[in-house]
Amino acid sequence: MAAPLSVEVEFGGGAELLFDGIKKHQVTLPGQEEPWDIRNLLVWIKKNLLKERPELFIQGDSVRPGILVLVNDADWELLGELDYQLQDQDSVLFISTLHGG
Amino acid sequence: MCQVGEDYGDPAPEGPPPPRPGHELKCVKCKEGLPVVVIRAGDAFCRDCFRAFYIHKFRAVLGKNRLIFPGEKVLLAWSGGPSSSSMVWQVLEGLGRDSAKRLRFVPGVVYVDEGAACGQSWKDRARTLADVKLILQTVGFPWHTVALEEVFALPPSVLRCSAQEPVGTMGNYKVAVDSFLQQEHMLGAEGVGGSPNSTQGEEQLGQPCTQDPQHPAGPPPADQTEALSRLFDSVKTLTAKEELLQTLRTHLILHVARTHGYSKVMTGDSCTRLAIKLMTSLALGRGAFLAWDTGFSDERHGDVVVVRPMREHTLKEVAFYNRLFAVPSVFTPAIDTKAPEKASIHRLMEGFLLRLQAQFPSTVSTVYRTSEKLVKAPRDGCAAGPRCLLCMCLLDVDTADSATAFGAQTQDCSQMRPPTPPAEAPTVPCCSTEVGRVQNCFRGTKPCGREDSRARVIEQLCYSCRVNMKDVPSLDPLPPYILAEAQLRSQRYGLAPRLGECWRGPSRRWPPWGKVPRVWLPPRASPEIQEYLVESSDDDVHTGGSGAWGPPEQEGKDGQAACD
Repeated sequence: MAAPLSVEVEFGGGAELLFDGIKKHQVTLPGQEEPWDIRNLLVWIKKNLLKERPELFIQGDSVRPGILVLVNDADWELLGELDYQLQDQDSVLFISTLHGG
Repeated sequence: MCQVGEDYGDPAPEGPPPPRPGHELKCVKCKEGLPVVVIRAGDAFCRDCFRAFYIHKFRAVLGKNRLIFPGEKVLLAWSGGPSSSSMVWQVLEGLGRDSAKRLRFVPGVVYVDEGAACGQSWKDRARTLADVKLILQTVGFPWHTVALEEVFALPPSVLRCSAQEPVGTMGNYKVAVDSFLQQEHMLGAEGVGGSPNSTQGEEQLGQPCTQDPQHPAGPPPADQTEALSRLFDSVKTLTAKEELLQTLRTHLILHVARTHGYSKVMTGDSCTRLAIKLMTSLALGRGAFLAWDTGFSDERHGDVVVVRPMREHTLKEVAFYNRLFAVPSVFTPAIDTKAPEKASIHRLMEGFLLRLQAQFPSTVSTVYRTSEKLVKAPRDGCAAGPRCLLCMCLLDVDTADSATAFGAQTQDCSQMRPPTPPAEAPTVPCCSTEVGRVQNCFRGTKPCGREDSRARVIEQLCYSCRVNMKDVPSLDPLPPYILAEAQLRSQRYGLAPRLGECWRGPSRRWPPWGKVPRVWLPPRASPEIQEYLVESSDDDVHTGGSGAWGPPEQEGKDGQAACD
């Protein structure tokens, strides 16, 4: 049973275009049975925040290749990628590297 | 190439992430700091080591190639995106270092506003430009903002490869650096407090931000914007649009560099982008030019050399660096923003490589290392042949190709028409009302001018540019400098492969002697053509009708040799 979490979700590098141009979202994740990890966060984002073109952000149960994920300014590869358990006041940043040069 | 389970020599495992949380791992370099980023496959770096690694790579690429001489003027092509922003920031930091390790060239920045090609309104573009200027003022180098519409005011000379030798050679590099350091040392001893370069740099930094005089702070002329929109709307596929955009942007930056005396242009192409570009170029038929398109230096323009100092940085490293060290960048929507994956060859290739990279982390570096091994060798040892009108690479097409599928497709460009003397032909106005290209059309003859001018341009393009032009139904919306240069070159070389047509009435400009040899001349070495023209003026001229000239072995391959 996961308690409600308050996290900051941020988008950069052009990914914000899929979210109405808003870069920072302060979200409160509701309490639920399963713990809040990045995998579930992505599902939540897809359902609640993503405004258009989900295929440009999410592929399968992970992010599209080319989108970097930073948790508290650290590479998510160091933290277990999709299995990282979110904590209260975490900051998750999605940067799209596909845009621009 | 890619098999599951195959090891590519990288020490770290591929696929599943390293199975431990971050706190237990230490930076692989200093063994002390807390790692923040994973580079390559499994090397975790802490913040400071990552920064040192990143900066070192940039300096090493410049130092290894030894192409940029002290005091040289270098134009930084900044698009606002992460890679070029990072490059500009690296140059800024590099110039500020202590004298032993300081970068020694004189930078300027150019920003090309491509909003019109992407369909943006002037309001949005003005907002972006305001952000851009803010950053440029922070950076402090002399800067130039140009709108893409200015391609309509470019002179045809921008398409000519200048024969001027680029600054110095490898052997002179050491000499130049030594003398530069000596000068610095002397001036330092005299108490001037800095090298001529740095004082000059300071002067430039102290200058009010230079703005391109032709581009005052206001929207570009509406007719130019409209012409640009018309051009890009007329292109049928996104692939061709992207290629055309790149070509026009290159010409514009080249023009700015030449106008303001820059001998080098730095672009921010990253490792990932170059790997994608390499594969895309292969798909587009630019295999002959890979070494120039993806190498560190690109000397095809002669006097201005394009260098790519970011070519060893992956997009991930760039994004992390920009985030961790607050490098400012401006987001501008591009022509392929939000385009679906199969919208263009570029997007397809990008998706392919990045997906492959996710499974096999050494994909991008393998492709990149392959690009490093490409050698720039002129074709058949002929280094001075005619160049493509648009991409300015040595032409890679042959007359022998005319019998192949490629030859068939180029012959599509000029239609077959029965030859009739102009007196018998109905006087049909051959130019439609939209753009009266009078110089290409001779009123009173059969409708032919447009196709001829198209054929004239097409024959001066390399293979991949020709393929791109297939998606451009009419060449009229192209900027005038391209069409003018095409006409100039064909007049100079007398090339007129108007297959299926024999004779046209005397026209003022084309061709000067009033008759057109119906022959597919080799579009290569010009000395041969000069020789041929001298011979042809002595021959009996055909007044219309049959028979193709040219080397006899060509006839069979021509396809439609005679006016049948």
